Amino acid sequence: MRAALFVTCLVDLMRPRIGFAALELLEAAGCEVVVPATQTCCGQPAWNSGDHCAAVTLAKKVIAEFEGYDYVVAPSGSCADHIRNEYPKILAAEPEWLARAVTLSGQVFELTDFLVNVVKLERVPGHFAGSVTYHDSCTGLRSLGIKAQPRALLAQLPGVELKEMRAAEDCCGFGGAFSIKFGAVSAAIAERKCNNAVATEADAIVGGDLGCLLNIEGKLRRLGDDRTPVLHIAEVLTAK
Amino acid sequence: MESRSRQFKANTLAALSNPGLQQNMRQAKGKFVDKRAKSIRELDDFDGTRTAAAAIRNRVLDNLDLWLEKFEASASARGATVLWAKDADEICRHVVDIARRHEVKKTVKSKSMLSEEAGLNLALEAAGIQPVETDLGEYILQINNNEAPSHIIAPVVHKSLDEVADLFEKVHGTPRKTEITALTREAREVLRSHFLTADMGISGGNFLVAETGSVALVTNEGNGRMVTTLPRVHVVITGIEKVIPTLEDLSTLMRLLPRSATGQSISNYVSVLTGTQAAGDLDGPEHLYYILVDNGRADLIGSEFQDMLRCIRCGACMNHCPVYQTIGGHAYGWVYPGPMGAVLTPLYTGLENALDLPHAATLCNQCGVVCPVKIPLPELLRKLREKQVERGLRPQGERRAFKFWARLAASPTLYALAAWFGVRYLKQLAGGRKTITSFSLVPEWMLGRDFPAPEGKTFRELYAERGEKK
Ligand code: SF4
Repeated sequence: MRAALFVTCLVDLMRPRIGFAALELLEAAGCEVVVPATQTCCGQPAWNSGDHCAAVTLAKKVIAEFEGYDYVVAPSGSCADHIRNEYPKILAAEPEWLARAVTLSGQVFELTDFLVNVVKLERVPGHFAGSVTYHDSCTGLRSLGIKAQPRALLAQLPGVELKEMRAAEDCCGFGGAFSIKFGAVSAAIAERKCNNAVATEADAIVGGDLGCLLNIEGKLRRLGDDRTPVLHIAEVLTAK
Repeated sequence: MESRSRQFKANTLAALSNPGLQQNMRQAKGKFVDKRAKSIRELDDFDGTRTAAAAIRNRVLDNLDLWLEKFEASASARGATVLWAKDADEICRHVVDIARRHEVKKTVKSKSMLSEEAGLNLALEAAGIQPVETDLGEYILQINNNEAPSHIIAPVVHKSLDEVADLFEKVHGTPRKTEITALTREAREVLRSHFLTADMGISGGNFLVAETGSVALVTNEGNGRMVTTLPRVHVVITGIEKVIPTLEDLSTLMRLLPRSATGQSISNYVSVLTGTQAAGDLDGPEHLYYILVDNGRADLIGSEFQDMLRCIRCGACMNHCPVYQTIGGHAYGWVYPGPMGAVLTPLYTGLENALDLPHAATLCNQCGVVCPVKIPLPELLRKLREKQVERGLRPQGERRAFKFWARLAASPTLYALAAWFGVRYLKQLAGGRKTITSFSLVPEWMLGRDFPAPEGKTFRELYAERGEKK
């Protein structure tokens, strides 16, 4: 089974180790993993800010790079959703591209969803001891139904205790460009998320989308907590 | 009502630095969200009911002109007069005309957001007619210098009990009371004489039923019944999109409206009012007028924003919105706040007059999943952003930055190069620490957060290095 890894631009820039962790998990699940070298960004920032033209260009680029594999997997619900559910809307006016977008749409998965529901991974390779609390990122949760999957994977790690926070499904306030347009509002929302997470006294805050994690980590550090790690689920599942 | 949506950004900062407001909003959030969640669980098929409700609304909107004619015919047959208003001014003109025709000096009002759109109270006062708000929340706002509501069903959600206690003491000149029941009783006593002496009642309308020509009113305080039955004249002001075909449809929508709005299985009062007082009727007005308002709605029919007209004004989208929960309703600057307001305000008052609102959302889709009529609010917000770009309404700098970024992202070589420099620049800014504490490129981010430092190399570099080693 050939799976192409869509690294996502944030992971590429900020946390390459998440990309390698995803790679390791896919290999542990028996996939032959390919990382298309020319990949950049899925184009979601363009689409969400109203730039239809740039969204089209980038959607076509991703389709051309990623079609032809059995699966495409991204360590982000937000990027996976953009490719799966938005590309067909973005390319609706071009029948040929639309057909290609629809095909790709059926092949693209968020990492934990893929591991649990497609390849049915039963033994994750990592060793992580301690308690974690899980933040459900909005797009993964509400558009792709990512809720049980990361928890099922965490349950495979014998040393992990999951401490659910209050309002785990509430937005963390990131919202992409929102966080740099309305910084004060965004940070105030992030503060509620941090307070709920910290109240669980978990050893680590874990999530599946790097955008949210950077937002939560940034707020946490500003609040003076420079101890609690904020980790991507792939890092936890492959921790050594 | 004059729009202050242009000052949205400043409004948010004011809201964030108002500790009283912050406290009140925190309390409100818990109440609305938990109660709704509980009452939704009573329905065996919430999602199926939502689909049915959306279908009822779509059926009307797809042929709105025909349904309006049908409503007009049924209502006229029951003795009502149906008037049409293009905009805010016309609403006010109609109401003042009706008041003059029937020699009205005082009018009692139950809640109507349309009257807020129209700025009706000011127009009535200017014409020498006294308007008295009788919904408790609206009454509180009126005696507080005609303050604007901050929520469509809980207009004073931004106020604390203490603030209301102070206000009543000052305005009524009575000893200060702090019990909700005592305050409510005091308001009742003041309002009673107004009910008995008013010549005209003004109400909104939750639904207009085409088959019977009735208006359905959903309230909790009972003031709606007094307003619509005691005075000689009753004026209903509501949007043209509020029509539904049948009473059966009303029952479907009523399974969702109170639950979505206040978490009640049913509101304390549901009135279905039909026609004027006929011979043998025990109550009802001698004269009944409907003012059906366009004010921007007709333009949405057939447009990519038509879905928005399904709205049944339950308020669930704002109650669940992380942004609304943080800044309250006044910050949005016009009549309707929260996600539905962020869509409606630019559509009704002009795209260029509310540039920030479509961007004032994280697109978390919490609103979309709670909306009882399945309005894809985040999708509509995104489309409004697209309209702003198409019409050249975004700031130059922002457009240029986006164009630059899009060009990079389209070119793998340039992108890799920029990323190479980018991470090294950020790493250097962090200076060995875990986070960057000062970063002038994203001042807004830095307002309340640090910026986590990158690892130092990009994934693509490390992956290539690994390949070479192998
Ligand atoms: S948009 Fe939906 S959730 Fe919001 S007020 Fe209207 S009906 Fe209610």
